[in-house]
Amino acid sequence: MKLTLKIWRQKNAKNKGKIVEYPIDGISPDMSFLEMLDVLNQKLITAGEDPVAFDHDCREGICGSCSLYINGEAHGPDRRVTTCQLHMRKFKDGDTIFIEPFRANSFPVIKDLIVDRSAFDRIQHAGGFISVNTSGNTQDGNAIPISKHAADEAMDAATCIGCGACVATCKNSSAMLFVGAKVSQYALLPQGQVEATDRVQNMVAQMDLEGFGNCTNTGACEVECPKGISLENIARMNRELIKANLKG
Amino acid sequence: MALDSKIPKGPLSDKWTTHKNNINLVNPANKRNIDVIVVGTGLAGGSAAATLAELGYNVKAFCFQDSPRRAHSIAAQGGINAAKNYQGDGDSTYRLFYDTVKGGDYRSREANVYRLAEVSTNIIDQCVAQGVPFARDYGGLLDNRSFGGVLVSRTFYAKGQTGQQLLLGAYSAMNRQIGRGKIKMYNRHEMLDVVIIDGKARGIITRNLVTGEIERHSGHAVVLGSGGYGNVFYLSTNAMGSNVTAAWKAHKRGAYFANPCYTQIHPTCIPVSGDHQSKLTLMSESLRNDGRIWVPKKLEDAKAIQNKTLKPTAIAEEDRDYFLERRYPAFGNLVPRDVASRAAKERCDAGFGVNATGEAVFLDFASAIIRYGKEQAHVKGLNENDENLVKSLGKEIVKSKYGNLFQMYEKIVDENPYETPMMIYPAVHYTMGGIWVDYNLQTTVPGLYAIGEANFSDHGANRLGASALMQGLADGYFVLPYTIGNYLSDDIRTGPISTESKEFEEAEKNVRQQIDKFINNKGTKPVDYFHKRLGKIMWNKCGMARNEKDLKEAIEEISALRKEFYKDVLVPGDADEFNEELAKAGRVADFLELGELFAKDALVREESAGGHFREEYQTAEGEAQRRKEFQFVSAWEYKGEPKDAQLHKEELVYENIEVKERSYK
Repeated sequence: MKLTLKIWRQKNAKNKGKIVEYPIDGISPDMSFLEMLDVLNQKLITAGEDPVAFDHDCREGICGSCSLYINGEAHGPDRRVTTCQLHMRKFKDGDTIFIEPFRANSFPVIKDLIVDRSAFDRIQHAGGFISVNTSGNTQDGNAIPISKHAADEAMDAATCIGCGACVATCKNSSAMLFVGAKVSQYALLPQGQVEATDRVQNMVAQMDLEGFGNCTNTGACEVECPKGISLENIARMNRELIKANLKG
Repeated sequence: MALDSKIPKGPLSDKWTTHKNNINLVNPANKRNIDVIVVGTGLAGGSAAATLAELGYNVKAFCFQDSPRRAHSIAAQGGINAAKNYQGDGDSTYRLFYDTVKGGDYRSREANVYRLAEVSTNIIDQCVAQGVPFARDYGGLLDNRSFGGVLVSRTFYAKGQTGQQLLLGAYSAMNRQIGRGKIKMYNRHEMLDVVIIDGKARGIITRNLVTGEIERHSGHAVVLGSGGYGNVFYLSTNAMGSNVTAAWKAHKRGAYFANPCYTQIHPTCIPVSGDHQSKLTLMSESLRNDGRIWVPKKLEDAKAIQNKTLKPTAIAEEDRDYFLERRYPAFGNLVPRDVASRAAKERCDAGFGVNATGEAVFLDFASAIIRYGKEQAHVKGLNENDENLVKSLGKEIVKSKYGNLFQMYEKIVDENPYETPMMIYPAVHYTMGGIWVDYNLQTTVPGLYAIGEANFSDHGANRLGASALMQGLADGYFVLPYTIGNYLSDDIRTGPISTESKEFEEAEKNVRQQIDKFINNKGTKPVDYFHKRLGKIMWNKCGMARNEKDLKEAIEEISALRKEFYKDVLVPGDADEFNEELAKAGRVADFLELGELFAKDALVREESAGGHFREEYQTAEGEAQRRKEFQFVSAWEYKGEPKDAQLHKEELVYENIEVKERSYK
């Protein structure tokens, strides 16, 4: 396959960035999108140019490192995949592909296609946990039965990989799908009840502090989420927050 | 230095309890004055950092990823073992211990493994309390599945994402401590050296991967939870960034490196599709609960499948060779990984491979779909003989069990595994070898600890499925936090460690020199060029089957490649900026040394054991042949070039288990 890549290049957070065009040839449809970028980078390095920086690690869709806004879509045109799982067979010979970083005020660019998503970590520091020490002397794992339905729903929420596609996709740069998923995981489990009030209040407060926008129910985040995290989680977070605020 | 494993005296089942009762403790007020450095934030490092901080130590945690949540433990799929015996199928601490020692081909340390089995049950309880959403049955109790090499169901799981859920559990425990200020987290930092002062590990040198700054960090002890070195093969299921650098730098500073040749080649990975391939993807071992592995019985059928003139579904049942079920009737498709991998290689080498390269076997769910479908039809009172209905009901069940794995396969291979069997082939997955540690998980350098995959201790020559997660969390949550206290109890009056000493200076200078060398080298070939070549040597000559001639060649070739690398590597950009190629160059430089030691270790070990298969040492049926005189751990001391490394032996003593031929027939 022969392609034209239009890639966002930005030396660092302080410099201005711009789109640079790179023609590329000899791409196999069996390559993953990142392997295609590997090919480009090997060429750039050999030619004495600076390779395109992008985040990636596990390359099997679970670590949440890879990002990329490809032709205007987070993680590209395929559904339920991360960029590392996107394959070139989804494109046609001769295509022009725009590649940009995940954009949001709360995700400043570090270099080229790499952004700083530490705001997500800080939201988790505010309350994304159950306060239980590792004594090993907690009660037996089967002491509190949890209905399969609740356990499965908690699991569905917990599959969030923290990639930030929801934020990048949202016109308000809202992080509510991400936060809602964590709040939901714990809200659905008996172990999460004790701290439910503080957790949702603290996490939402931190989310606001980080400058993420609000949810206006467009549902774009759910569509682009590589793990298919449901909008229900946002609704549940709102319910939890109202409940918490009423309790005081 | 003679190796002292420091195994406590007394009966096996009392050792850990007795040891805990007798080691020194640090009082809570003093813990506040002690700093501990933890490198790596996977299951081992993350759980250790969280627990140490909970105990009151000041923890500095480091990871090269942009968040601790992205450590590669996250990619573990199938599950975590624990001797809970919830299924009432005869499981016990002893049986988990026995299975692990046998699975490791009698090359692990009894006392460590027993302790691992003992604390395994605490892990499950702890994780449930943390809100890890393990799979549950309709009664609301925890569900289990079976994994290879055992005859009980003791594997707990969270869909095909158990590693993710456990890591997020450890990450949440870390977050709580980061929020409290007890853990200072350094993301996007890479450890480039360990600093030894008066014979004790007292700090590390790191590079900030965003700004390129070289930093000094001091602590009273250093814990390495930096994972395994499977990426020495270039292609593996490890993450792109997984590397041996932290462990290797520790080795160069005096930590012995144990059993580097023990590598796990996992049987069920997606086969290589071409030269562009950057990494390999694992298909969880849990799939072998329901998937049956086969190749065609007739060579002409295999050829036709390779040429794509025949569909696998068109091959009649009697013309299929379910080779694991044939060779190992007792364990069938659930033999341990080393055995399954070698059996697949044997069939492919004989010409029965099923993809264009001839290096793939089928993993088939057709019979599981029918079995589950009939069961569902029966439960729902529907017609069990309606083939289409049964199939669609069965597919639903298979989807609920393995849906995400099937989806992953389909995205990569572009074939629907519900309709046609998956194609799989073995790939490098895990390294049992690692830094030598004693019973306290301390390396041969006082104050330097290694936990999780980074150490060598529990899996012998082969790791059983779902045991890596168990070991990582056992080390980090339940073992290290106790044993490190014994060491730190001597440090309560030490006070803060200054970073202004000559030792820190020397270490920083070394790091800067190497970085400058890479940047100024201006060679002609990118780092990957060398890494790929190293990987080819490793796979072809130190892979699933090894022999003396190949290993000797590998040693020469790796040594030559290393020289070429330093002469000709091309690293673009500068040292004081985000520069992934520079980070990669440092990692590959270490792989190029480790690879040679790996081959040397494999050459010296004149026997077959677990993941280490020497062609010269096999039984008439082609099974691995252990040799009594090799019942030891090889611990290598750094002496300059890898070829000069000095071997120290830790004899393995089995008092509680009879060393037998490892049979899964």
